[in-house]
Amino acid sequence: MTDATKYLSHLELGEPDQTFLDSNELIINMGPQHPATHGVLRVILKLDGEKVLGTECVIGYLHRGVEKIAEHRTYTMFNPYVDRMDYVAAVSNGLGYCEAIEKLLNIEAPPRANYIRVILTELNRLASHMLWLGTHALDIGAMTPLFYTFRDREEILKIFEKYCGARLTTHAFRIGGCQYETYEGFERDVQNFLKFVPPKIDEYEELLTTNRIWLERTRGVGLISAKDCIALGVTGPVLRASGVKWDIRKAKPYASYSDFDFEIPTGQNGDTYDRYLVRMREMRQSLRIIEQAVGKIPEGPIMAKVPKVLKPPVGEIYHSIEAPKGELGYFVVSDGSTQPYRVRVRPPSFVNLQALDLMVRGQLVADVIAVIGTLDIVLGEVDR
Amino acid sequence: MQPVATTFFFYLLSGLAILGGALVITRRNPVHSALALIMTLLAQAGLYLMLYAPFVAGVQIILYAGGIMVLFLFVIMLVNIEKAQKQEQFNKQWLVGIAAAAALGVLFVLVYMKGKALFPERALQLPEQSNTQEIAVLLYGQYMFAFEIASLLLLVAIIGAVVMAKKRI
Amino acid sequence: MLDYIQGYLSSNLTPGQAGNVFWVTVYILIVFGGISVAVIAMNWLERKALAHFQVRLGPMRVGPHGLLQPIADAIKLLTKEDIIPSGADTFVFWIAPLIILCAAFTVYIVVPFGPTHAITDLNIGILFMLGVASLSVLGIVMAGWASNSHYPLIGALRSSAQMVSYEVAMGMAVVSAILMTSLHGLGMYGVAAKSTGTGTLSMIEIVKMQQEQQVWFLFKFFPLGLIAFAIFAIAMVAETNRAPFDLPEAESELTAGFHTEYSGLRWSLFMLGEYAAMIAVSSIAVTLWLGGWMRPFPHWLAGETWDLVFSLFPGLTFLGLAAIAFIGVARMPKHPYFKIQTAGLGGFGAVLGLIGVVLFVPLVRDRIQDIYWFAAKVAVFMYLYIWYRATWPRYRFDQLMKVGWKVLLPIAIGVLILTAILGVVL
Repeated sequence: MTDATKYLSHLELGEPDQTFLDSNELIINMGPQHPATHGVLRVILKLDGEKVLGTECVIGYLHRGVEKIAEHRTYTMFNPYVDRMDYVAAVSNGLGYCEAIEKLLNIEAPPRANYIRVILTELNRLASHMLWLGTHALDIGAMTPLFYTFRDREEILKIFEKYCGARLTTHAFRIGGCQYETYEGFERDVQNFLKFVPPKIDEYEELLTTNRIWLERTRGVGLISAKDCIALGVTGPVLRASGVKWDIRKAKPYASYSDFDFEIPTGQNGDTYDRYLVRMREMRQSLRIIEQAVGKIPEGPIMAKVPKVLKPPVGEIYHSIEAPKGELGYFVVSDGSTQPYRVRVRPPSFVNLQALDLMVRGQLVADVIAVIGTLDIVLGEVDR
Repeated sequence: MQPVATTFFFYLLSGLAILGGALVITRRNPVHSALALIMTLLAQAGLYLMLYAPFVAGVQIILYAGGIMVLFLFVIMLVNIEKAQKQEQFNKQWLVGIAAAAALGVLFVLVYMKGKALFPERALQLPEQSNTQEIAVLLYGQYMFAFEIASLLLLVAIIGAVVMAKKRI
Repeated sequence: MLDYIQGYLSSNLTPGQAGNVFWVTVYILIVFGGISVAVIAMNWLERKALAHFQVRLGPMRVGPHGLLQPIADAIKLLTKEDIIPSGADTFVFWIAPLIILCAAFTVYIVVPFGPTHAITDLNIGILFMLGVASLSVLGIVMAGWASNSHYPLIGALRSSAQMVSYEVAMGMAVVSAILMTSLHGLGMYGVAAKSTGTGTLSMIEIVKMQQEQQVWFLFKFFPLGLIAFAIFAIAMVAETNRAPFDLPEAESELTAGFHTEYSGLRWSLFMLGEYAAMIAVSSIAVTLWLGGWMRPFPHWLAGETWDLVFSLFPGLTFLGLAAIAFIGVARMPKHPYFKIQTAGLGGFGAVLGLIGVVLFVPLVRDRIQDIYWFAAKVAVFMYLYIWYRATWPRYRFDQLMKVGWKVLLPIAIGVLILTAILGVVL
């Protein structure tokens, strides 16, 4: 109890009301182990009855010192580590890192590699959003979408496994391109997937989008305005659902995204329902991108000419990509040696989690869980 | 149908009711007292059944045991009761209390002895079917006004509770 | 002995009404055993049906297709360590599940499985059922309090607040059905044959009124009967703390349910009470609106042949189940490890088939009709319960209370007023 009050000293703990029912403000701990916190996240809530007056997140339970490790590994050796941060969307992490180092080295990945990168990244976006949907629905009480999304996610993971041997932490890309050529039947598998998945997404929408209970649980819950989003640095579907049309794939295109035609879904109110709709539409847009890409993968090498020992010139670079959860940025400082001087990762979940306090103030306790789910945080990324 | 073993059940139910009443006032723990009160109320419902008033018995169970006692338990559980448990159950005035109770008991006995002629010999053999209908006819016919006043009273109580609670939210 | 049974079979009163202690005891034992078997079957069905909704198989290993899973669960729960939290009030902790269980099982005294197939027929039957069902709220409150822990107490208070709120809407819906029992017109919008009728609270009389008026109360004064039934159907799901109203006992919410501190046998008593309550409120719904033990279309499709056709349904149902079991046997993997399971499933199918054949015997066929149709209708409700749980998210607590008080109750009162007006006018 005293431990918690130390954390909450900045929230003014008021005097208990002097009525005969003797209710004071309650401090409740949603401990690190909780079925609904998507990892080891500790949230300390200050409640007045059912209403939330303030929150404090205690993170760091999954801190593994990834950024410090980077200072003692060569650039290529560090590549597998980045997958482990946002382990749900590992391919995006790899893409961001490889592109950052490529910029530092002034290398461009060949077009074929870029197309393969785009296809795999968009597949990964789909997988990440499917997992988000399943767990978010489960937190709100609908058990069934979880099993449906995991079953469909299996198809994506099968493709990954055939491509690079791993389902989750794929280490798919290398600095300068891709290591593996697409396997025999890659295009056929992806085409089959593109035929198989849209009815499934329709199924999820049928279960949830117009369901009155879902609407009541998600409309008006966890509101955040566009101004607050920008002030806090929140990015990703959370920002887009508040009405800001900002997607790095369109604003600062990387990895051949400029070749494809897709839309950026936005919402209006910035509540949980809008975030849900934005992510569902993003899934369909991802399918659109993959469809355009898989038809015309250009021929050519998959790896650019990269020296055996990577020694980037002295300098620094910040490169960010649109990960499924938001803007994933890498700030790499090179001091000319084979090991980076500093790798700082800007994880989207870490920055988005700051918005939790603003979003749940004045809402009820049951909404805290819905809001944590809708922010789509992965503790591996938050803590690194 | 003919009642079975009336005397036995009467003594059983009355005994349970009196036992419940005694437990209510002697338990330290308020929750145990509330449970004993529930036992008394259920025994009383049984006694109503024996008096050929099944509707009153049913309503007793629904409203008293299932509604009012739940509210009692709510309040007992929400209010800090540890202090009450440590307090003395019988205070210094217990001699005066016993004297007053004895006086009341003597009064009851006198009333019974004087008015014995007014109590009927056996319970009236009212036909069972009409209890619900009798009550309905009386309540919605002759005593309609009182019925409406009572419901108005309950409405005022509800509004009062909402107003008192809402001030703090 | 034989004429004792003959005497029972030829009477037209329930055992309780006839004052026959022996048959009352036999009935109580049969009903108690039947409900226990039903609860076990419901446990298995819930896991299997939920799994199939979620594209998975459910229990498959313990017994063929998991049929012995409930028994394995029961053994596990019985052999678990009995933990009582320190500081908990032992007496109240012990008595809370018993209150819920007794309340849930006492209700079955008046449930009418047939015109004479009830333990007894109180003339305040429906009032008794509602009253005893409301006693289970006490058990929940006590369970939460006796756990001596903050979260179960909050969960218990929420759960009991929810149950009490939905009892009001339930009661209103029940009253509008009771109003319909006092009418004497036939059909959906019957014109009264007499000027006034006397209604009844007795369960068996309610079904007999539906028989007399030749319409299920579901369709009486359409759509009023339907709306009242819908209100009751929603309120009964909330009353038994099932999805989508199961916030007080949800695992992923902040405040855990009232049965958190209970483990082993005590927890299984709670679950037993919950399933028994589910079957009990479904019986109320079936009796009041769906015509109780009447077979479908008793008046549209009347006559000897139709009676015969409908009387074949029980036997056909069991034969169908036996066929499903045998199909399952055919699809079992042909591997030595599966020999016992295949044999078990085949035996189970054989037993079902035997019961089906016995139900074709005319002597049994006539007696079993009422019980079969009643049980079939209640089974539909049980399946609906599982379907709701698989499909919908759960309501937040304040939304739950809002639905109970601000949506269901006004509609129920409106239906009641309209039913009363129509009953007098028509």
